Amino acid sequence: MGKKVVVGMSGGVDSSVAAYLLKQQGYEVIGVTMQIWQNEEAACRIEEKGCCGLSAVEDARRVAAVLDIPYYVMNFKHEFRRDVMDYFVEEYKHGRTPNPCIACNRFVKWDALLARSREIGADYIATGHYARIAQNADGRYYIRNSVTAAKDQTYVLYSLTQDQLAHTLMPVGEYEKPMVRKIALEANLPVANKPDSEDICFIPDGDAGAFVDRELGKEAPGPGNYVNMAGEVIGQHKGVTHYTIGQRKGLGIAAGHRIFVTKIDAEQNIVTLGESEDVFTDQLIANDLCYMEQERFDENMEYIAKIRYSDPGSPCKVSYEKAEDGSERLRVNFLKKVRAVTPGQAIVLYHGQAVAGGGVITN
Amino acid sequence: MIYLDNAATTKMKQCVLDEMMPYFTENFGNASAVYSLANKSKFALDKARDRVAALLNTRAERIFFTSGGSESDNWAIMQSVQMMSSKGRHIITTAIEHPAVVNTCRSLEEAGYEVTYLPVDQKGFVTADQVKQAIREDTVLVSVMFANNEIGTIEPIAAIGEVCQEKGVLFHTDAVQAFGQIPIDLSELKVDLLSASSHKIYGPKGVGILYLGPRASGIRSLIHGGSQERNKRAGTENIPAIVGFGKACEIAKETLSQRMQRERELRDYMKQKVLATIPHTTWHGSDGEDRLPGNLNFGFRFVEAESVLILLDQRGIAASSGSACTAGSIDPSHVLIAIGADEDEGRESIRLTLSDETTKEELDECALQLQEIVSMLRSGSLLYEDFLKQNA
Repeated sequence: MGKKVVVGMSGGVDSSVAAYLLKQQGYEVIGVTMQIWQNEEAACRIEEKGCCGLSAVEDARRVAAVLDIPYYVMNFKHEFRRDVMDYFVEEYKHGRTPNPCIACNRFVKWDALLARSREIGADYIATGHYARIAQNADGRYYIRNSVTAAKDQTYVLYSLTQDQLAHTLMPVGEYEKPMVRKIALEANLPVANKPDSEDICFIPDGDAGAFVDRELGKEAPGPGNYVNMAGEVIGQHKGVTHYTIGQRKGLGIAAGHRIFVTKIDAEQNIVTLGESEDVFTDQLIANDLCYMEQERFDENMEYIAKIRYSDPGSPCKVSYEKAEDGSERLRVNFLKKVRAVTPGQAIVLYHGQAVAGGGVITN
Repeated sequence: MIYLDNAATTKMKQCVLDEMMPYFTENFGNASAVYSLANKSKFALDKARDRVAALLNTRAERIFFTSGGSESDNWAIMQSVQMMSSKGRHIITTAIEHPAVVNTCRSLEEAGYEVTYLPVDQKGFVTADQVKQAIREDTVLVSVMFANNEIGTIEPIAAIGEVCQEKGVLFHTDAVQAFGQIPIDLSELKVDLLSASSHKIYGPKGVGILYLGPRASGIRSLIHGGSQERNKRAGTENIPAIVGFGKACEIAKETLSQRMQRERELRDYMKQKVLATIPHTTWHGSDGEDRLPGNLNFGFRFVEAESVLILLDQRGIAASSGSACTAGSIDPSHVLIAIGADEDEGRESIRLTLSDETTKEELDECALQLQEIVSMLRSGSLLYEDFLKQNA
């Protein structure tokens, strides 16, 4: 028998083909769908959107039956609630805009699934991510862009540790999406044709602010003042939980021209609005640093930085400095100004095709 | 495979299947029709009803076939409170009922009913006195399970029935787990409605019964339509399944006392064996005659049931935890929480339920595998390490 691998299966084409490829390669494959929805009602609401709803279980089970592999549903409700949903709400409460998919990958898909998979005797976990895992000359594991730049998912994977990478397989990262579809067709996999979604799975209506306010209940910030760049009150907003840096739509204020959110002050519940150029900046500070291809960032090196999932990337240089609490943080200087640096989002630094590491934007 | 999940469902007996077979392709008539072919179905229906009634020591006309335990529970609760609506809107049940009862009660709460969920003690018992104290002027129904599906606790149904009769309140019991496993004598018990299912006693799936005693005989149907089951349950009768159910009841009656004795011995043997070989193991529920003969429930501290079940499965042993959700993953058990377990313990329980074919050798093998699995999982647990240090 080959090495044992747990494949996180959503019933979609990518993870199904991942399971198929690994079986072909001689691994002993176990299919697992992660239950993260909090109750059956929520599961129905996220059916169409998420990777992990009830239909995901049925779809994944159909694929497992065709592949003739053992299949289980594992319960990660508790971890998802704590490490993704509660974190998400907490971040918004503090005026930041978190990326819940990164938190889910880091704490649920890797920390928890890998631990649980090891418990049941697996050597690896595998996913259907479009990314490739490689090893550099120092023996460090890292993630590289997939062969399909269009499907690149490396941004949400920057926080994986060396130990996690050493026990992770991403077999579809070697292929282009059309090829993956072709493999599924040839292998007769009954994969669901689910649209790729970048929405937040636990907020099916897409209204993050309303979700956060519901979760916060009495603690929801409620209406507050809009101010202009000079600090003058120019209107009322719905509460800081409803805004993100660079936002233009849904401000509910008529300025006669296009204005944008430039700053969110959660403590005072103030949202600052400014002109387009006010949203551009040439530097940011990041903490909670994670290292992947590099053990430490090189202050003399030029990196490409992505500051959100859809960001094509901008050249930058970095330097270390001490934060007030004594911890180390990173100052990132962009060679050209970038738009809407958003506290709470991740910054991922690329060294060529490799993910060098990353951190969380603080300001 | 070693199958130790007989409380979930049982393997149907070959002789049950044999009796069912002619009713699929040969005697396929609709029992409501006039011609002779239909009579074969009618005769089969009558015979099955007699056999079910015999197992419960009651009269056949009080037995109504349904699609299973859940339908029976829904019907019993929804329509008995409807019948009693002029008296009030208060229901009494327990904190450890099966979801078929819990969620029916919850839906009634949404419709304006008030439900009292009686707490249970550490072994899962509710007392007749608790029921008595909880009954109010406007109480219309008491629903207490005969035996619990997770920890096997057998409730004091006789005493609760007395209280309910004395107070003039209808009494329903979900007997799905107890039916055919322990004696149930409806000529003695003051039970007004009783739900039972076929597939827990080596019969086919998709068929069950609701017993309606004299005080409950006026309840209306839940499934509206034709006049089957004396106008109480519409839908063409599932004759093959009903025939199989009848046969399973006949066998259950004949073998009841010997099965009980055998399974109790095996249960107690396995309990001792596991407690002796795996440290820090909790025994959930009661013992002796107050527990279903074939039910065992252990809590292995610091070890999640989910991982144990998957590892057992990979070694060819089918077991279960408390309650599975739709998707089949393990949630903390509401039954264990009700008997005082914390959230962690609620995720650590493993249920083993025996059949009349379970052997001592199978249990020995299971105990051995459990010992290995639990020790392996604990060896990777930081919590367990801390616990050992603290208790060193």
